[in-house]
Amino acid sequence: MTLQEQYIRKHKRYHRMIFIARLCIIAVFLLIWEMSANMGFIDPFFFSSPSRVCKSFAELYRENDLSVHIGITLLETILSFLLVFGISMLTATLLWYSDKASAILEPYLVVLNSLPKSALAPLFIVWLGTGIRTIIVAGISVAIFGAIISLYTGFSLTEPEKCMLITTLGGSRKQIFSNVVLPSNVLLILSTMKVNIGLSLVGVIIGEFLAARRGLGYLIIYGSQTFKMSMVITSIVILCVIAMLLYLILQLAEHWYKKRVL
Amino acid sequence: METSYLSLDHLSYAYHGMHGETCALTDISFSVKKGEFIAIVGPSGCGKSTLLSLIAGLLTPEAGKILFPMLSQGESPKIGYMLQRDHLFEWRTIYKNVTLGLELGRLSTPEKLAKVDRYLKDYGLWDFRDKRPSELSGGMKQRAALIRTLALEPELLLLDEPFSALDYQTRLQVSADISRIIRAEKKTALLITHDLSEAISISDRVIVLSNRPATVKIQIPIRLTLTDDSMLAARNAPEFKTYFNLLWEELHDDTAGTIYQKA
Repeated sequence: MTLQEQYIRKHKRYHRMIFIARLCIIAVFLLIWEMSANMGFIDPFFFSSPSRVCKSFAELYRENDLSVHIGITLLETILSFLLVFGISMLTATLLWYSDKASAILEPYLVVLNSLPKSALAPLFIVWLGTGIRTIIVAGISVAIFGAIISLYTGFSLTEPEKCMLITTLGGSRKQIFSNVVLPSNVLLILSTMKVNIGLSLVGVIIGEFLAARRGLGYLIIYGSQTFKMSMVITSIVILCVIAMLLYLILQLAEHWYKKRVL
Repeated sequence: METSYLSLDHLSYAYHGMHGETCALTDISFSVKKGEFIAIVGPSGCGKSTLLSLIAGLLTPEAGKILFPMLSQGESPKIGYMLQRDHLFEWRTIYKNVTLGLELGRLSTPEKLAKVDRYLKDYGLWDFRDKRPSELSGGMKQRAALIRTLALEPELLLLDEPFSALDYQTRLQVSADISRIIRAEKKTALLITHDLSEAISISDRVIVLSNRPATVKIQIPIRLTLTDDSMLAARNAPEFKTYFNLLWEELHDDTAGTIYQKA
């Protein structure tokens, strides 16, 4: 076997080991949980158990239109994520264009960003009623200010010499933005959006806790009020899967960009 | 007397800050003939880059004038500016990088693109036109940066220490290459450098600036007897050492002066 083949084998073995270790952790966790519930170490009424969660999943699917709840939460999350993406890109671009505007608005952005957005949710309900509008606004409010701040910071840290190069070649400020600022910040934009899709989901769930008749947030609240803990945990597990899938989509976009362009 | 292409007339510039103003240049006057290759040397931080930014029109002089006597009224000079680092964009191929200026100004006519192709072929980058900058050596990247500047057909080239980011051997090669290209294309050039041997070996005249605020200390025309046309010919010329010592004295004087002032 050549050294190169040995290296590749070692590399593959390492990654296989990581994957197996990850699977083991979840398997051991599920096993302990199931056994403690069955053997009476924990009360399955409060703590549920993996088998009860599976049963509850099937039941919800059959009787409670689970796919509608999942669909509505996904739709709200994706809508608010897209709006966050659009609004934050636009605002960060305008702030980059005008040093004066960004200097004036900076304290407002900082305060709005550090404000706990769940405190605003009751206001949204009063202003916008209970429905999808409130929930999407809640989803946006959690992510938007942080997104604007990190995008703007990234844009303004673009290498000044690269911007100057465009000027020496006779380019305008608009061309500096499209030829230097935007392309050199693609990875920053993607990583900001990775954070934001998670935050949008957080906002949507907060909104659904307070102002919804459908969605996973509603199922969690309904389940906890009626002591159906299996329903609560099932919904949380589904949320985990959704969060992971949304993150993976952006991860794929990042991989695709790196492979194609860099 | 031959009319000059560029002439600086008592040029001054200062940077302003909350803690006072910093004079960068005071009373700079010199002129450059068409096709001449000028090297500007001076202590570090003396305002050499400010001088180029003023000539390029990126800054406006506070006093004095920058004149282009050969141009008619209202005609603006065609100036190419080459920065210290190549700043080729990784998200563009080499070809897309060298045609960037044409693309920005929407000047991509078939004639201009044909000229770019010729530059790429003449200067050994044709086979690399579809590669990314990271796949090229430092010297090749610097040549690509020069072609990007030449694509806009400038008459005056401003070179702000374009070789300083390269290692010594590449630097000898690239500075020889680039000065050859600039002479072959018959461009007027102003090169900023802190490397005295580089200044002597590639320029027609060396202008020495003093410490900040910079003034023109002395101008030394360079005449070298070249025995062959190799890359190191200029550095082996008999007069080389004399010029080197002369420039060294001029710069050393200045630094010594400031040390005494501080003490």
